[in-house]
Amino acid sequence: MNTETSMNLYVLLKMVPDTVEELNVSADGKSLDAEFLRFKLSEPDDHALEQALLLKEKYGGKVTVVALDAPEVDDVLFTAMAKGADGAVKIPINQAGLGTVASAKVLADFLGSPGRLTADSLLLPGSQAIDDLEGEVAPLLAAALSLPYVGVVCGVKAVADGKATVMKEFAGGLRAEFEVSLPAVLGIQSAEKPPRYVPVAKVRAVMKSAKIEEVEFATPERLIQLEVDRMYKPEAAGRAQMFEGATEEVADKLVEVLAKSSVI
Amino acid sequence: MANAILVLAEQLRGGVSDITFEMLGAGRTLAGAAGAPLYAVLLGSEAAPLATKLGAADKVFVVDNPQLNLAPPGPIAAALKTLVDQTQAGLVLLGCTNVSLGIGSILAAKAGLPMVNFCRAVKADGGAILCTSQLFGGKILSDVKLADGRGIISVYPGAFSPDAGKSDKTPAVEKVDVPVEAPQVVFKQYLEPETGDVDITKQNVLVGVGRGIQTQDNVQLAEDLAQALGGAVCASRPVIDQGWLPLSRQVGKSGMSVKPRVYLALGISGAPEHWEGMQNAQCIIAVNTDPKAPIFDGAHYGVVGDVLELLPVLTDKVKARKG
Repeated sequence: MNTETSMNLYVLLKMVPDTVEELNVSADGKSLDAEFLRFKLSEPDDHALEQALLLKEKYGGKVTVVALDAPEVDDVLFTAMAKGADGAVKIPINQAGLGTVASAKVLADFLGSPGRLTADSLLLPGSQAIDDLEGEVAPLLAAALSLPYVGVVCGVKAVADGKATVMKEFAGGLRAEFEVSLPAVLGIQSAEKPPRYVPVAKVRAVMKSAKIEEVEFATPERLIQLEVDRMYKPEAAGRAQMFEGATEEVADKLVEVLAKSSVI
Repeated sequence: MANAILVLAEQLRGGVSDITFEMLGAGRTLAGAAGAPLYAVLLGSEAAPLATKLGAADKVFVVDNPQLNLAPPGPIAAALKTLVDQTQAGLVLLGCTNVSLGIGSILAAKAGLPMVNFCRAVKADGGAILCTSQLFGGKILSDVKLADGRGIISVYPGAFSPDAGKSDKTPAVEKVDVPVEAPQVVFKQYLEPETGDVDITKQNVLVGVGRGIQTQDNVQLAEDLAQALGGAVCASRPVIDQGWLPLSRQVGKSGMSVKPRVYLALGISGAPEHWEGMQNAQCIIAVNTDPKAPIFDGAHYGVVGDVLELLPVLTDKVKARKG
């Protein structure tokens, strides 16, 4: 079987709070304060998109990005199209508070609906996200769709004859190659290349010409209720001894520490 | 007797990973509190000889099946589900590591149990289990209760001492047959770590750079300091992913674990994935613009400031000091 022209690549995109901004806990003490949260695309998902675009460039096929509803998600979907995705689907169910188990259920319902999955489909979610408290979407999706799964993927070397050769990361720089039969779910940790940049003007042009397809599904109930007792910031009283002052002063103090550690 | 506690023994290339002993230690405490047995699970046709190392467990279950060697999360979760049923386990501990990532989620779905991810502390509270998870790159902690003490817990490396999970006792070993479906994912080969120009695990001083270094050109500022100190530059994941430094310089979960005499964490927030790789440095100096960066909670010395401003000044002063 030749997969060179018909590969069906689905990239699942998830928005997460931008941790560069300060995160605050809401008054109930059990969730993040949504008021000042800024959202961004989950980093492994950004790599999943890049990996899909690289595969499309190499083997042809079609890239579709899929996301649940979340603040700023439209911008992310249009940006993905500006980068080269052929289509974007938004499922108008609010991602907030849904949890990964229910999120995976919705995505599985969508991808499992008639006409979506084909014999040469590759589903590319990020391997994990920074708020995956109750498990990761990628393996849950694979389990729900009964598809083979490899996670912590850091590159797809080849796709041929209904099989993909993928690289998985272990630790200490060790990686391994696995061969996986399509259709399959690959949890992407990092793409072979850094995610590409797309000029804002191009995104604006796509916003005018392209459309985000909205596909309605029933909001699932939370399938497994994890009881969050308390959310809080780690103890601020860290053990670091802080040096303050002008750059010169601080540098002098650091030199003393380096000398005390006998490295200079 | 309370429901058994199951620990998936993590192995890579014929060795038992430290996380296994950390989980056995934590499991031992939980088992003691609940009056429950503690079991370890070894999977794969080459795993049986490792059972002797797992004496902290009351019993080691070995599934001696070559199809489980380096198997993906799906078949491993399926095998664990069978063992959970057979042993009537209520709690399963797995490593929150690249090796085991994904197994817990699938097992939770198969067993209809809740999963608690990114766990760094766990304790018994009557019949319940209290877990503390590290979310949002370590910026927020979340206490979660498994009310009936049943669930799957994914444990961060370094959360517990491995010593409590080591024992000279010889554990009882039981071989079990578990049906394994024909694999749809096949291991082909290992890709050995790139041997870079520098072995960062052998340096006395490491200058670690993170997102705060901002551009590839700025990495040179860190190189200059490393050179002045007789050390090397290393980095957290975002810098490596950008291609600004080679993979051989990555510190953290997927990269190297380093123990230099001094580790400078420059523009590194201190996400758990990075912390895991450098927490054992003798002296950690952190510089970050964000006073609330988690790195300051673990570092010995900290500076709130811009690394780009500090680096050239510090390099000059180090050079002057060395003469």
